[in-house]
Amino acid sequence: MTKAEKQAELIRDISGVDPYKCMKCGKCTATCPSYAEMDIKPHQFVSFVIRGEIEALTKSRSLEKCLSCFACIERCPRSVEPGRLIDAARQLAARERGGGFLTTEEVPEMCDPDTPSQLLVSAYRRYRR
Amino acid sequence: MKYSYFPGCTLKNKASSLDRYARECAPLLGFELCELPEWQCCGGVYPLGRDETATKLSSVRALAAARSEGRDLVTLCSACHHVIKRVNDDMKNVEEIRTSANNYLALDEPYRGETNVLHYLEVLRDVVGFENVKKQVKNPLKGKKIGAYYGCLLLRPSGVMAFDDPEDPTILEDFIRAIGAEPVIYPYRNECCGGYVSLKDRELSRGMADKVEASASGFGTEMLITACPLCLYNLKKSKAALPVYYFTELLAEALGVAKDS
Repeated sequence: MTKAEKQAELIRDISGVDPYKCMKCGKCTATCPSYAEMDIKPHQFVSFVIRGEIEALTKSRSLEKCLSCFACIERCPRSVEPGRLIDAARQLAARERGGGFLTTEEVPEMCDPDTPSQLLVSAYRRYRR
Repeated sequence: MKYSYFPGCTLKNKASSLDRYARECAPLLGFELCELPEWQCCGGVYPLGRDETATKLSSVRALAAARSEGRDLVTLCSACHHVIKRVNDDMKNVEEIRTSANNYLALDEPYRGETNVLHYLEVLRDVVGFENVKKQVKNPLKGKKIGAYYGCLLLRPSGVMAFDDPEDPTILEDFIRAIGAEPVIYPYRNECCGGYVSLKDRELSRGMADKVEASASGFGTEMLITACPLCLYNLKKSKAALPVYYFTELLAEALGVAKDS
């Protein structure tokens, strides 16, 4: 098994998603509030996993643009729910590379007097290992 | 009626009015919130990964604590509610997660999802009843046009959250009617405010909050209400700058609990 195949299997394991159920309706991308910012769109994540192109997914800036709003998860008519693949790719990247998108050093200057702790814990959980 | 209560980290500081007014209003509506003696932050975001166990444990501890108190567990913050409700569903229905979480915690009695998790709004709707909330109102908020902002976390995924219709919810509008005001239905009430990206990618989240507020004010909304401290923070940074309140602040005003409006 090549590294790419192993990673594809891992993504399917972590997410619990069967990408072959996708019927390519595109509803996930149509409903995603971040799609315009994403280099790989939610519906394309499914195809990338099928083709085993995982390296591209773990380097995609879509991982940081996903809002975990669960719109694609709620509205997927085939229970493929690409948000779960995006999150699995993000976890794979964080587990391999430690999740360098957000560093502790830069946090203080991002805060203002109203910043809720909810924002900090959520961003930490999403962006870091 | 007594409930175990999980306030969550933000309700202890920036969102203290969400917490305080909820507690103060409860006795007037016939129930009481008893804060769990020890609770840990829910983590803010539900860990989707099936092999993620450690990040779900704080929720399991809270759920097991409520079980030992023999009560339902009430939440207020949308994020806490989302995380705890979903972890509870995992503990009830997902064998691998249940086994691995119980192996970690080694509780006297393994936790299997026995606790019933309720959002404060669900208590108002399903236990107290909005009709009875209405009867307790001393200062109806007459003539106020209020937009309910649901956001994401209370509604989706609807299979697990079972909070309301995920595309056409009514619970907050019914709440607004109960306190004597007029609800404004607008298209973006269940769209995302930008969530946690506002820490590092302010442009992106501000664009979303702008869309929500433009949608709300376009339909004549004078103020927005929410149950989520992060939604409130993001919405307050948007262009339209509509006033945004926690729903408990308006409840307290209507019940005559709050000193200032």
